[in-house]
Amino acid sequence: MRIFDPHIHMTSRTTDDYEAMHAAGVRAIVEPAFWLGQPRTSPASFHDYFDSLLGWEPFRAAQYGITHHCTLALNPKEANDPRCAPVLDDLPRYLVKDQVVAVGEIGYDSMTPAEDTALEHQLQLAADHDLPALVHTPHRDKLAGLRRTLDAVAASALPAERVLLDHLNETTVEEAKDSGAWLGFSVYPDTKMDERRMVAVLREFGPEKVLVNSAADWGKSDPLKTRKVADAMLAAGFDEDDVDLVLWRNPVAFYSLSGRLRLTAPATGPTHEGNSILRGAPATGTAAHPVAAGA
Amino acid sequence: MTAVHAGPDTGQGGAARPETLAAGLDEDARRWLEQARAEAAAQAPGWEPRFAEAGRRCGPADDARVLLLTAARPDPADLTRLYRQGTAAERRAVLLALPLLETDPAHGVPLVEDALRTNDTSLLAAALGDYAARHLQAHTWRHAVLKCLFTGVPVSRVAGLASRSRGDGELARMLRAYAAERTAAGRAVPDDLHHVLALTEEER
Repeated sequence: MRIFDPHIHMTSRTTDDYEAMHAAGVRAIVEPAFWLGQPRTSPASFHDYFDSLLGWEPFRAAQYGITHHCTLALNPKEANDPRCAPVLDDLPRYLVKDQVVAVGEIGYDSMTPAEDTALEHQLQLAADHDLPALVHTPHRDKLAGLRRTLDAVAASALPAERVLLDHLNETTVEEAKDSGAWLGFSVYPDTKMDERRMVAVLREFGPEKVLVNSAADWGKSDPLKTRKVADAMLAAGFDEDDVDLVLWRNPVAFYSLSGRLRLTAPATGPTHEGNSILRGAPATGTAAHPVAAGA
Repeated sequence: MTAVHAGPDTGQGGAARPETLAAGLDEDARRWLEQARAEAAAQAPGWEPRFAEAGRRCGPADDARVLLLTAARPDPADLTRLYRQGTAAERRAVLLALPLLETDPAHGVPLVEDALRTNDTSLLAAALGDYAARHLQAHTWRHAVLKCLFTGVPVSRVAGLASRSRGDGELARMLRAYAAERTAAGRAVPDDLHHVLALTEEER
């Protein structure tokens, strides 16, 4: 089974997670830029974070046979902080980088005017850079947030077909699907979606344009939720092709809209032999010499 | 296509010659590279985005980026900015281009030292070419060799290894101490360590 996790914050995770993800079938991931838990205080803090998503983290992932791409943006929460918002001016020089496959996470947190401005601006940046957009839908007042998001997308230069609406659930999936956007579901241990409900949504709305992610980060979350959803789908009578569509082909299709998705694991240098995972062939194992933290 | 002309330094230090690089590309990539190289040579404002997007436009991106750098010959301030604002792949290209650009060590060595502080083995390997062999201080260079042993970068990637190691008693001491530490921990001593140690024991 080949798995593509289209939304996971690996900077917050350990190499044990990478190892377990590879063993579970994860061969490709996208890491969206987001909030760190501790608020940032300047654009420079974003620069280091973006550089890490374009440098160290892909190297770390490749050591475990996993291809890493990222999405970059000013996230909805910090769009409200005037100390952070100037990073919007720096985004154009980052959005040209090879491994950037979307603008994201953008969207609403508390639905403020500052969030409106940042969302509008970044939807335009996505259109200007020929990139799709990963749009986070808010956790509080979710349905109203989804509708405001759809209005913002409709008013933008970016067609809904180039937007992935994330963190959907039973209350928002129908209107999201009607918009023509791609449908993202985050599966969490206690909040957001769970495996059983995910299977029910797939039964009702079908697997087309549906992406499932673990959204694992520094909070209580599980980087193997993608695999657990795949297993739950099989147990519920979906066939392997349905699983492959949701857990691999749909995320590949969405991020391929960027023209930048490269699924041949890049060689990370002399200690790692690149594994071709274009067709999901099992990687030949992890690198012989994962780099020790203290090296 | 119009032949892309090699700069005066191209072909030294292991970088691909433009003709060799172009021969391996499909038509679109060849055309893109030709255009990007012309923009770089003219220092046109769009050449830096070309440097960034080389990976998705042009197969062997390290070679393509080095070619753009040797065409543009950015001044030290711009070269430093390209490194600092670059992805790992872009930083690697800057490091590989240093000997071809004959960058003043006052500007180039800090970039090599930055790369040597990382744990990305591809950056370490790119940093340890001819430029490092020529310009790194003895202490920094010895630590770089030791770091190769720590991180699994084959020492065959270290330019000038034999000539710089020869008769280097301090490097030999560091290698023996590392071997003792590995042995005390019940771990294998890398073959490369014995190889470098043997080099240090050759007479200057």
